Amino acid sequence: MADPYVPLEAEVVERVQESPGIFTLRLRLTDPQAHAAYRFLPGQFNMLSLYGVGEVPISIVSDPEDEQMIDHTVRAIGRVTRGLARLQAGDRLGIRGPYGRGWPLAEAQGRDIAIITGGLGCAPTVAAINYVFRRRARYGRLTLIQGVKHSDDLLWRQRYQAWAQAPDTQVLIAADRAGPAWPWHVGGVTELFAQARIEAGRTLAMLCGPEGLMLAGARHLLGRGVAAEAIWLSMERSMHCALGHCGHCQLGPLFVCKDGPVFRYADIGQYLDVRGL
Amino acid sequence: MPATGFLPRSAFDRLIGALVQAGYRCVGPQVRDGTIIYDTLQATRDLPYAIRDQQQPGSYRLEDSDAARCFAWANGPQALKPLLFRPHEVLWQAQRHANGSLRFLPATADAERVAVIGARACDLAALRLHDQHFLESTVVDPGYQARRAGLFLVAVHCTHPADTCFCASTGDGPRATQGFDLALSEQDDGFLVEAGSEAGERIAARLPLESASAAKSQAADAEIDAAARRQTRRLPSRDLRDALFARLEHPRWQAVAERCLACGNCTSVCPTCFCHREQDEPALNGNTSSHTRDWDSCFTQGHSYIHGLTVRADTRTRYRQWLTHKLGGWHDQYGRSGCVGCGRCISWCPVGIDLTEEVAALLGEAAHG
Repeated sequence: MADPYVPLEAEVVERVQESPGIFTLRLRLTDPQAHAAYRFLPGQFNMLSLYGVGEVPISIVSDPEDEQMIDHTVRAIGRVTRGLARLQAGDRLGIRGPYGRGWPLAEAQGRDIAIITGGLGCAPTVAAINYVFRRRARYGRLTLIQGVKHSDDLLWRQRYQAWAQAPDTQVLIAADRAGPAWPWHVGGVTELFAQARIEAGRTLAMLCGPEGLMLAGARHLLGRGVAAEAIWLSMERSMHCALGHCGHCQLGPLFVCKDGPVFRYADIGQYLDVRGL
Repeated sequence: MPATGFLPRSAFDRLIGALVQAGYRCVGPQVRDGTIIYDTLQATRDLPYAIRDQQQPGSYRLEDSDAARCFAWANGPQALKPLLFRPHEVLWQAQRHANGSLRFLPATADAERVAVIGARACDLAALRLHDQHFLESTVVDPGYQARRAGLFLVAVHCTHPADTCFCASTGDGPRATQGFDLALSEQDDGFLVEAGSEAGERIAARLPLESASAAKSQAADAEIDAAARRQTRRLPSRDLRDALFARLEHPRWQAVAERCLACGNCTSVCPTCFCHREQDEPALNGNTSSHTRDWDSCFTQGHSYIHGLTVRADTRTRYRQWLTHKLGGWHDQYGRSGCVGCGRCISWCPVGIDLTEEVAALLGEAAHG
């Protein structure tokens, strides 16, 4: 059996600067067999390992059916991610995964989907959105709500514009502050919640972003009659091993790395209210 | 389990001989730097003979005693944890070649066979929990697995609990009931020996055992029962999960935070605390880097650090994390409390915080019996 702690080598095939502080690394495992065998589900994450610096958990944003590349969109904010930001095409790094429980895309079949995200929280949902669009007939209405601090922070603007034109799809975007020619709302994203066309009994919700936003989103949905079992949140905690061993990612009795990172509100709502848990 | 036989004290070294002959390095408790630690044991004369530990909140002292025994004391700071879950360990190495390619090499598991003489019931209970965590959860930890496979355990039933002990209330002692290869009941003139595994029976068969009289067995049992009765500290229940998670905003967390130094001593001496951090240590040659694992503590700022913020920013939330995990979260994770009642966190806390007292305060009960 392979040692679960040891990464595989991956090569940066392409590096995309998404915004001043955010970049995407498109990766390929250098072992062709390992790359061909690599499978993941939207909402899962990998541990990326920068030589001599460290490992960080990063969600996978590419399409699970894209056999060419494993994409990770990263904000350069910490010691490791600032180092990852300096990688260029052709550079090598370590990768292990995928880890965790992803979005409930099987359970969501036949239902409407509401996705509420904030900041880079949109990244872990992009794979799910692509997944739904590839199998559009299997899902009902799609509502996408995304909030950013400044309009320049909105990633994948063209994708959101294209999604907004698709049938049975509603796109609501807010920026706290906006530059010129911003076509969407200026203000808090929570101000848009009431505009969402949601039929409570048919809706499954996926939330990702700052915990305050997820809590506000979940409460709004609960208030409109969406069941706590149908509201799913992608949580973030410190992670060193991603294997349920190192203890850093605990949230109450849960290990975010292996019990999540995607949880039902019914299972974690009680912990979201408590500061510093 | 009935005693296999009686090993006279004069033949005690034969146990070490039999274990060495079977290929084990013997490890046993020895007095070092004013405490009792586990180290390689050459002869039984190196055991803590006629030594007593005096433990109180924030205090650990060894004294001479008149007991003609090697195990007339409760415990030292270590338990079995460092033998299996190493304080520092290399998990893998990365090699960087001139063309920029990387190679990741797993650490070679150290497969040494080690026999520990003197494991306590609380420590065996803690080992069982670490087995669940490192071997029986989602993935197997290869280093732990290799060391565990080579471990032989000689338990000693506890007859001299410290004032800080409360294993009777957690159900983990003072009698060792599981997880040992051999178990000893120490008497002044020797040891009642029982086997708990086939490997233990094979070692027992090499010892000059005499038949154990019923009177000796009864006397040994009475000592263990008395040890349980002497314990004054207790936890009010073996399952405090719901009680603690219902009190996450209790003012007592702030009260204990005002005394707690957040030093992490409690997590280091706790035989079940498993948190560890991983880090990379690049060599100066620029071509190799070791990915290592070191014990971590939920009392550090780094433990909950995540992209620029610390989730548990103060001692209140860190102590709460420690206690609610130890006595609460473990039930969800491994089906029981993570506390085995060894009392080490009480003795080795530099300010003498007593978790049984904190629990009692949180629950609004008196701490002692």
